[in-house]
Amino acid sequence: MSLVPETDYGTPASKSTDLVTLTIDGQKVTVPAGTSIMRAAMDTGIQVPKLCATDSVDSFGSCRLCLVEIAGRNGTPASCTTPVAPGIVVSTQTERLKQIRKGVMELYISDHPLDCLTCAANGDCELQDMAGAVGLRDVRYGYEGENHTKQAKDESNPYFTFDASKCIVCSRCVRACEEVQGTFALTIQGRGFDSKVSPGAMEDNFLSSECVSCGACVQACPTATLSEKSLIEIGQPEHSVVTTCAYCGVGCSFKAEMRGEELVRMVPYKDGKANRGHSCVKGRFAWGYANHKERILNPMIRESIEQPWREVSWEEAIGRVASEFKRLQEKHGRLAVGGITSSRCTNEETYLVQKLIRGGFGNNNVDTCARVCHSPTGFGLSQAFGTSAGTQDFDSVEKADVILVIGANPTDAHPVFASRMKKRLRAGAKLIVIDPRRTDLVRMPHIEADFHLPLRPGTNAAIMNALAHTIVTEGLVNEKFVREFCDRDAFEYWAAFVSEPQNSPETVGLMAGVAPEDIRGAARLYATGGNGAIYYGLGVTEHSQGTTTVMAIANLAMVTGNLGREGVGVNPLRGQNNVQGACDMGSFPHELTGYRHISDDTTRTMFEKLWGRPLDSEPGLRIPNMFDAALEGTFKGIYVQGEDILQSDPNTSHVVAALKAMECVVVQDLFLNETANYAHVFLPGSTFLEKDGTFTNAERRINRVRKVMTPKNGLADWEITMAIAKAMGFEMPYKHPSEIMDEIALLTPTFTGVSYDLLDKVGSVQWPCNEKAPLGTPTMHIGGFVRGKGNFLITEYVPTEERTGPRFPLLLTTGRILSQYNVGAQTRRTDNVVWHDQDVLEIHPHDAEVRGVRDGDWVKLDSRAGGTSLRAKITDRVAPGVVYTTFHHPDTQANVITTDFSDWATNCPEYKVTAVQITPSNGPGEWQKEYNAQAEHSRRIAAKIAAE
Amino acid sequence: MSGHMAFDDKLVMMANQIGKFFTPQRQGDPVAGIATHIRKFWDPRMRAAIYAHLDQGGAGLDEPVRQAVARLKQAEAHH
Repeated sequence: MSLVPETDYGTPASKSTDLVTLTIDGQKVTVPAGTSIMRAAMDTGIQVPKLCATDSVDSFGSCRLCLVEIAGRNGTPASCTTPVAPGIVVSTQTERLKQIRKGVMELYISDHPLDCLTCAANGDCELQDMAGAVGLRDVRYGYEGENHTKQAKDESNPYFTFDASKCIVCSRCVRACEEVQGTFALTIQGRGFDSKVSPGAMEDNFLSSECVSCGACVQACPTATLSEKSLIEIGQPEHSVVTTCAYCGVGCSFKAEMRGEELVRMVPYKDGKANRGHSCVKGRFAWGYANHKERILNPMIRESIEQPWREVSWEEAIGRVASEFKRLQEKHGRLAVGGITSSRCTNEETYLVQKLIRGGFGNNNVDTCARVCHSPTGFGLSQAFGTSAGTQDFDSVEKADVILVIGANPTDAHPVFASRMKKRLRAGAKLIVIDPRRTDLVRMPHIEADFHLPLRPGTNAAIMNALAHTIVTEGLVNEKFVREFCDRDAFEYWAAFVSEPQNSPETVGLMAGVAPEDIRGAARLYATGGNGAIYYGLGVTEHSQGTTTVMAIANLAMVTGNLGREGVGVNPLRGQNNVQGACDMGSFPHELTGYRHISDDTTRTMFEKLWGRPLDSEPGLRIPNMFDAALEGTFKGIYVQGEDILQSDPNTSHVVAALKAMECVVVQDLFLNETANYAHVFLPGSTFLEKDGTFTNAERRINRVRKVMTPKNGLADWEITMAIAKAMGFEMPYKHPSEIMDEIALLTPTFTGVSYDLLDKVGSVQWPCNEKAPLGTPTMHIGGFVRGKGNFLITEYVPTEERTGPRFPLLLTTGRILSQYNVGAQTRRTDNVVWHDQDVLEIHPHDAEVRGVRDGDWVKLDSRAGGTSLRAKITDRVAPGVVYTTFHHPDTQANVITTDFSDWATNCPEYKVTAVQITPSNGPGEWQKEYNAQAEHSRRIAAKIAAE
Repeated sequence: MSGHMAFDDKLVMMANQIGKFFTPQRQGDPVAGIATHIRKFWDPRMRAAIYAHLDQGGAGLDEPVRQAVARLKQAEAHH
């Protein structure tokens, strides 16, 4: 094993299709016009010495090391800033250049600590390499003069250090922060000798600055100035493995850089097609949870939730699961048990859980956490287009002219894609943001939304209809697209519907709290501004009309012809790493892999033959239905893999009651999560670093997950599910996850061409990947829709049943924050807590003032479902009448407040609209105290109690 | 919505929500749309419960939904 090599070409690739031929050091080179001489040289294998250039950022020309000579031209131009030209003859190594470079390096080294042997970058330092490359043997100036070698280290960031004494002020970090990440947190402060990299204002350090810890600066640094603390502690890695991040739905590719079985650092992989070499604070740095002391490594059982856990062997734990589920089925019937697959686990693991339930349990009571996030996307897009997924790849954003973001906060929830989007916006694309809250995208450095529609929570469908009203009544329909690709009758009916007066911006705007002229302006911009791309998130789906709004988004894309090519499309931003994959793998109770209904005899028979088991043709229970059935007394046992339903699902008291009503709750997870407080069997799970498999990201991209260390718990999650199946009498003898993928490919038309061999060869593919598209499908619906003609559906606005009134006059909406992930089980167990150690309630100054609430005060938040207390943050990011919080911490439990109202088509919970009241409070409420006491009691482990 | 809604009440609410989507559709039969959606996505015990609720008078069911549930019940009985 060795480190995965990556070539730094010095400057970004040119996208020109015109070619230019030149000569470099006697070799003819042909490259795209606009390519730098430095990159052209690298293409032929000639490495021009460089320090300030790296191919993730535009050339800068400050270090004066990459100079070249061009025949017939005066001087020694920098090869990084000089583009190629037809017929020029370039020399990269001459006596004159050698002398200049040596002189430059002498100056650099005269002001640099000579501690190479003990330096963290020893062996991976470009300054060291360049000193060698130019043949530096002496520094004539000495080291005694005024220098920077005694500068203090900034160690404020938990993950990396800034050692100013080693800084050569090449500005690579500053440019990476600007160009790659788009945060503009870093700058060069001072002039001349006083120039230094500075995170924000004079008094700031990295932690207090606007730095978002994406790691782009660390990645770009050519010296040890910016170094990972893990690297400083452990030393240089000796091998690396390309794998996929297990956080959000962007699915970034990383090199896991290892020393033996110890992870030294995660470095974003340049060839990763989703992230193109970028990362965020979670994927880059927040992997320490894998070794956290609270991670459970042994299986445990108990008779009741009142008892402490008892560590047992895998055989005993698996035997308990099988015997309990068999007992429950004998006593209460075949349908009395079920399970939940995880969007955090691999496709292969998810596939196995649904196979276990359908084939081993003999029913279809399988669901996935996608139920509570993007299930409306699957259903809504399938009805409109015929496919349950987004239409583009992430690269597509680079060709968008108008970007419409609705119900999504990508800078927090999908930060790496957000950086790519921001780059396009800085290059001139227009932006429309539809969100009750003033998210960062609305106004940030060098970006300002052309329209922000701060709609009242719960009015998405109405606003989308009003946009459509404007387009149809103002004659902005793309008639050619509609005529060619869409169902004409459906379009006519829909056009008549949206043209009705109740859908006009004037009527809708009044009800939704948005200026009608802004609705009209946004509609005109989207319809006429060139390539229009819609990006949406859970602010669309997690409503009682989630599916309706997804359909309305599809209508809007169809009526403007914004489908079937690059730069456009309907793009759901998926929450967790494998939400798309979990849905693809047949995790929903009504359908098998590839979104085929369980009642379809042909499909079901195919599975029955391969699995050797009869399958039920009836749909099973969805997650909320499982809770209801448990309380009704017909659902008695559940197997939950990698999901914390107690913290993530709405109306916590309802979930608690349902879990208490079950006789056997089996939780498979890394930690004793909140659901485990009500569990009878705990099966320790493995991390993404400890297993092989695949994740499918929000752009349908199937990426490999590669094992870099032995599972600390002893088994990968797919092996645990196989053991349960075997104990239930349903053998699944796979030797490796690649065999599971082979079976998926055999049974699923959109995956026919997928195999580990192909993924190893080409990196990743986007489904459909089959005979028609052997290397996958970056853009869907080119030249026609999968379902035939595009289907316009009537999307009548129906107000939610959740209403404000005198008792509950405010509307609560929920969301995520950059540093934390989902229920926080992983990120709360990392240093990311320095940025967000508790959930807070955002409240508008007017609402705070009338309630006597000051910034930082404890407040009690009550809804019809329950109440909790948390601290208030007064901000005008939210409109009067709207409050906002995150759901990352169990001790505040935002979902105590949320109700079990849900989407009409899919039962996706309505997290985004809850009527609430706020009153001053002295601290955590009674409910929280009782909950924490129960959690502490429930997490006792007998062996540890005895040891104490 | 308070902590726990009665199972029947919740099913009635869910069925009416489905009805509110299909009723304004101007292509096809809305009642058939409602019935098909319930048939495709509700597990047998949920369907049995809504049939039983219909047998007891179907309180709270909107008219197209009532028709859809009745049609579905009849179709399943003859299957």
